[in-house]
Amino acid sequence: MTEKIAVAVAENLINLTIDNREVSVPAGTLVVNAAKLAGIDIPVFCYHPKMEPVGMCRMCLVEIGRPAIDRASGKPLLNKDGSPQINFGPKLETGCTVPVSKGMVVRGYTEEVTEARKEVIEFLLTSHPLDCPICDKGGECPLQNLTMEHGPGQSRFIFDEKIDLAKNVPLGDLIFLDRERCIQCARCTRFQDEIVDDPVIGFSQRGRALEIITFSDPGFDSYWSGNTTDICPVGALTTTDFRFEARPWELQSHASICNHCSVGCNTTLNTRREAKSGGDEVIKRVMPRQNEQVNEIWICDKGRFAHHYTESPDRLTQPLIRKGDALEPATWDEALQLVGDKFKKSKGKFAALAGGRLTNEDFFNIQQVTAKLGGKALLDSQMAGGEMVAQVGVGQGTNLSDLRAGDVVLVIASDLEEEAPLHWLRIKQAAERGAQLIVANPRRTKLDQVAHRLIRYEYGQEAAVVHAMLDSFSPKRPDQPASVKQLLRDESVKAAAEDVQSATNLIVFYGSEGLDVAGSHTLASACANLLIATGHVGRSNNGLVAVWDKGNAQGAWDAGFATSVNLADDLAAAPNLYIVGADPVGDRPDLAETFEAAEFVVVQELFLTKTAQMADVVLPVLPYTEREGTYTNAERRVQRFYPAISPRPGARADFAIAAQIGLALGLELESKLASLAFEQLAARLPAYKDLTYGKLAETFEQWPIIGREDLYYGGTTYDNTQGLGVQPPSGAERGESPALSFEALTDPEKRKGLLAVPVTRLYDLGLTVTTSEILATHWEQPHIVLSPADAEKLGLELGAQATIKLNNMQSPVAARIDNRVPKGVVLVPRSVGLHIFGPAPIEVGA
Amino acid sequence: MAEHILLRHRDNKEISKLPTYRKGSGFSAFERAVTKLNPEEVTDIVFDSGLRGRGGAGFPTGLKWRFMDKNNWPHYVAVNADESEPGTFKDRELMESNPYQFLEGVMLCAYAVGCNDAYIYLRGEFWDLAHELDKHITKLHKEKLLGDQLFGTEYSLRIHTHLGAGAYICGEETAMLESLEGKLGQPRLRPPFPPSFGLFGKPTVVNNVETLANVPLILEKGAKWYRGFGTEKSPGTKIFSLSGNVMKPGNYELPLGTTFRELIFEHGGGLREGRSIKAIMPAGASSSLIVANDVALDTQMDYENVPNVGAMLGSASIIVIDDSVSMDWLINKTVHFFEHESCGKCTPCREGTYWMKNITERIHHGEAVWDDVLLLNDVATNIKGKCLCALGDFATEAVTSSIERFREDFETRVPQSRPKTEVKLSL
Ligand SMILES: Cc1cc2nc3c(=O)[nH]c(=O)nc-3n(C[C@H](O)[C@H](O)[C@H](O)COP(=O)(O)O)c2cc1C
Ligand code: SF4
Ligand code: SF4
Ligand code: SF4
Ligand code: FES
Repeated sequence: MTEKIAVAVAENLINLTIDNREVSVPAGTLVVNAAKLAGIDIPVFCYHPKMEPVGMCRMCLVEIGRPAIDRASGKPLLNKDGSPQINFGPKLETGCTVPVSKGMVVRGYTEEVTEARKEVIEFLLTSHPLDCPICDKGGECPLQNLTMEHGPGQSRFIFDEKIDLAKNVPLGDLIFLDRERCIQCARCTRFQDEIVDDPVIGFSQRGRALEIITFSDPGFDSYWSGNTTDICPVGALTTTDFRFEARPWELQSHASICNHCSVGCNTTLNTRREAKSGGDEVIKRVMPRQNEQVNEIWICDKGRFAHHYTESPDRLTQPLIRKGDALEPATWDEALQLVGDKFKKSKGKFAALAGGRLTNEDFFNIQQVTAKLGGKALLDSQMAGGEMVAQVGVGQGTNLSDLRAGDVVLVIASDLEEEAPLHWLRIKQAAERGAQLIVANPRRTKLDQVAHRLIRYEYGQEAAVVHAMLDSFSPKRPDQPASVKQLLRDESVKAAAEDVQSATNLIVFYGSEGLDVAGSHTLASACANLLIATGHVGRSNNGLVAVWDKGNAQGAWDAGFATSVNLADDLAAAPNLYIVGADPVGDRPDLAETFEAAEFVVVQELFLTKTAQMADVVLPVLPYTEREGTYTNAERRVQRFYPAISPRPGARADFAIAAQIGLALGLELESKLASLAFEQLAARLPAYKDLTYGKLAETFEQWPIIGREDLYYGGTTYDNTQGLGVQPPSGAERGESPALSFEALTDPEKRKGLLAVPVTRLYDLGLTVTTSEILATHWEQPHIVLSPADAEKLGLELGAQATIKLNNMQSPVAARIDNRVPKGVVLVPRSVGLHIFGPAPIEVGA
Repeated sequence: MAEHILLRHRDNKEISKLPTYRKGSGFSAFERAVTKLNPEEVTDIVFDSGLRGRGGAGFPTGLKWRFMDKNNWPHYVAVNADESEPGTFKDRELMESNPYQFLEGVMLCAYAVGCNDAYIYLRGEFWDLAHELDKHITKLHKEKLLGDQLFGTEYSLRIHTHLGAGAYICGEETAMLESLEGKLGQPRLRPPFPPSFGLFGKPTVVNNVETLANVPLILEKGAKWYRGFGTEKSPGTKIFSLSGNVMKPGNYELPLGTTFRELIFEHGGGLREGRSIKAIMPAGASSSLIVANDVALDTQMDYENVPNVGAMLGSASIIVIDDSVSMDWLINKTVHFFEHESCGKCTPCREGTYWMKNITERIHHGEAVWDDVLLLNDVATNIKGKCLCALGDFATEAVTSSIERFREDFETRVPQSRPKTEVKLSL
């Protein structure tokens, strides 16, 4: 794949010489980057390849010469020997701010340059506390490394004259600042400002008093804060999670994939064995791992901090079998025997319900068991459309970083930063690069700030918006409901339809804002039709992306799972239930009755959830951190993760358990090696044909070049040595013609009273979040969000306690007021204990 | 000088009043420019006059105006009225006592570069002055010299004043623009320069107050007339802010090319009885120290000749130093100033000025050894030429030049052997 980089840059190459080496790089490349590409190190502190140069630290000073030009003739002046005459300026120049030019000569290691580096290091160390032995960065610190490499070895500064500054400044509850260690490089502030548009920290004061402060209340209020600790070139910024917890050299690194949302960020789990955990291996921190096609070098704070459930003492480690009212410990043999016997007798009255965090191997085996029993394979989700994503999802080779002017991204029904933080980030960047961004949502979200076109519709009209776009350029269908006809007159819809038609590439993201399963299905099919009608399927950077609620929902659809439009009915109709990685009773207490009435319930779980408490058999499983497997992300990239810590004795991997159950049914499923389970899967599922664990582990050179030896450049993000994953061809690319229905729309019912709509919040009260105490102040408490007008009518003030009646459940909530919420609508967050599965009437009382 | 070109209030006190200024042909240049000349013609006249920036660098004003990017609009004018260089106090007098000539200069500049909104950035301490300027601006609006569709043309112009918060660095043009945008006052990377990427990212002319105060008369009387003053390469008159150990400190408007001797001894009344001149700082605290011998005193004060005696003309704030002053004291003052004013954006200046402050402090208090003097010189040398903006360099000029040129002052300050002090152990 290195050729790919070379091909992309073939035009407009500039030739120059760096330390006697001939280098060819694209026009516009900065000198430091040109050197990096040529394998020459020009040390930097403030420069970061993902951000605009600022020239602050002066570490990258080099000698730069340019060909002398004769003013009169405009021709280069030549030396006697015919070589071009090179003029060097009187001063050293910062290699991080100067773009290459033709015939440039860079000298990075002359005496003057090495002296200058020595001086800059000496200057930096005059105010640095040099407390490496107690610094979290020690061992992976650019300042430490570059001091060893380029520093003077001794300081002429009198130690007593160092200034003492505060060392434990909480910028927020996740990030601490050590003012003495800060070298004022502004990487952190620029990251928050330039990269994630959350400028909640900045510099205050001047000179030596320059200090990082936070402007937000609560402090450092951002979903991205952890990344600043990776790119901080010293130990000035540390996370509450890792601070004083371990030294980098004690840590083992394991490639993993975040499964909190469907972006599938590549991560590295750092672990060590420690006495305080009884000699157990413990995950000490989650770090980003570079994958420029997925998460670049970033992860969000949920991915970084919500990992503590693995070490929870409450995890199940033994199978349980119901004896009367109680669940009693049993051996695996007993439990499997019982499950096998019961399932065998289920005679088509069977359903499996699986959560979206299971692996592809798990889904495959569970689906095989379910098919054998003639049951239904259900995915526990409020979204639908995965079969369409499999058909017209983004094509092979899609990379959001490739989108630019001429390309169009449509995001509909999604609060993207909350639902899939890294997708928000990469689409924002695409928009900033010039891709046309259309955001369609009933209320304002953060993505609006970078959108080129906004479409506002009423909750319930999401598919109608897409139909109106379709109708605006194709023969109008007379059977369309009034809402479509009205939206057809909407200028922004018309303009968006034109954008979409003329787009070079088009990607449509649909989310779950305000939708239930049926609504999600209708929206997905409308979006798929839009893509097909405009010819934007079956190739890279085109297609449909579902902003799934869980990390591997797409994998579930690919393995034959589907969400249920009426879960209660589907479960009730199949009194033999196999629940894996899902807690339906916990999510919706009204299902308790169904489970009461069920004939036989098996639950595979990490914890004794509400559903597990009602089960006949509970089988303890391993979290993904203790096993291996693959996930398929929203962009259909199949990615592999590796075991990070040893499996807790007693628990087993989901795919293994399913295989063992299958044995009793006469199925030969792989129960030991995930790689073999994946082979079986690849042999059966056309979409995964030819994929192997080996292929998924392949890597190629990425830009920027970061990694362990290279700390100073990209920060402590991990280099990707264990797999960039593979995006297999979509159905459309395999030549399958998508079997799509065109769902007829009906107008939403006229309603009186308030309408509750579900929205997604990043820090919901899901198990993974609530087992991470450090996020405690970020947990979303049960609340509703109302428009100021409705709040006034109800006599509710900001923060007031209210009671809601929703789907037959009464709950106390806090009232929030937000002028971005349309009148008549009440936002109800999912997964915070409120009874919301789709738009529903709600009663709000003070 | 017989007649002033800039300090005209010294010839006619009433010129600070609008009717008086207008009676003496005030704003006729502006009216003629807007109604009769196109912007390029105005720029050409200023270019031909050879006027050079009075803010310090001496950059040709007309050329700067020509650099404005014509493919990117709107254009802005940002007037540098930050006047924070120790020893510089000319812009203040101009704005206080001859405000309309200054404002007319701003207006002509704005017209020449196609700007409809000009900003005057004043140092925070000038709040009362800003208030006065606002009143003058209001009057100009009333008289339809500012506002929309001036003199019945399509041209509109507004002038806004803006106060800084008290930082020397905000006189550096890009830091000033940052501050004007409401951000922390730190210099930007250059290039791009303000005429291509300035205020709010738009092409912007940044000129000093005095620079622009020259423009009305250049327009009125012509480039040739203006070149009748000063030297060939440094035409015109200049306000020299004279201070230090002289009898009559103050602002003196003299042709560029006047000698140090004439300024100090004829206009400035020489030194106090019994004192002799030791050194001159021609550009305020940012200046190298010139050894005040006969060669130096007979040197012409203009942009070309001052470098011959090892300094720069800068903003022409001439500080006279007599033989009562020891240079270790002097640089202790300048270094303190720069340490206090360093914005902290780049390493050598932020760390180096602090380090220099500690060393000069020790030298000045006789608590140093000769190696410390050498170290000081070394630290200053390491700052020089390696910073993001010129402030870092400025901080070193007095230090290195005084160690080189007034070595005895340091030798007498530094005891031959280390003084007996208690050894402090860190920890
Ligand atoms: C540290 C520093 C401080 C400066 N302070 C001032 C100032 O107070 N007033 C000023 O007019 N120019 C000041 N300058 C110069 C400006 O950067 C700029 O060159 C000038 O305003 C341009 O106007 P001119 O071309 O009319 O001289 C300063 C420059 C530096 C580097
Ligand atoms: S805290 Fe770290 S990243 Fe931020 S300015 Fe200081 S050294 Fe740079
Ligand atoms: S964006 Fe999604 S996948 Fe990435 S770290 Fe955050 S939660 Fe995990
Ligand atoms: S030289 Fe000094 S004032 Fe200028 S940018 Fe650097 S730190 Fe700031
Ligand atoms: S100035 Fe170039 S890396 Fe900091």
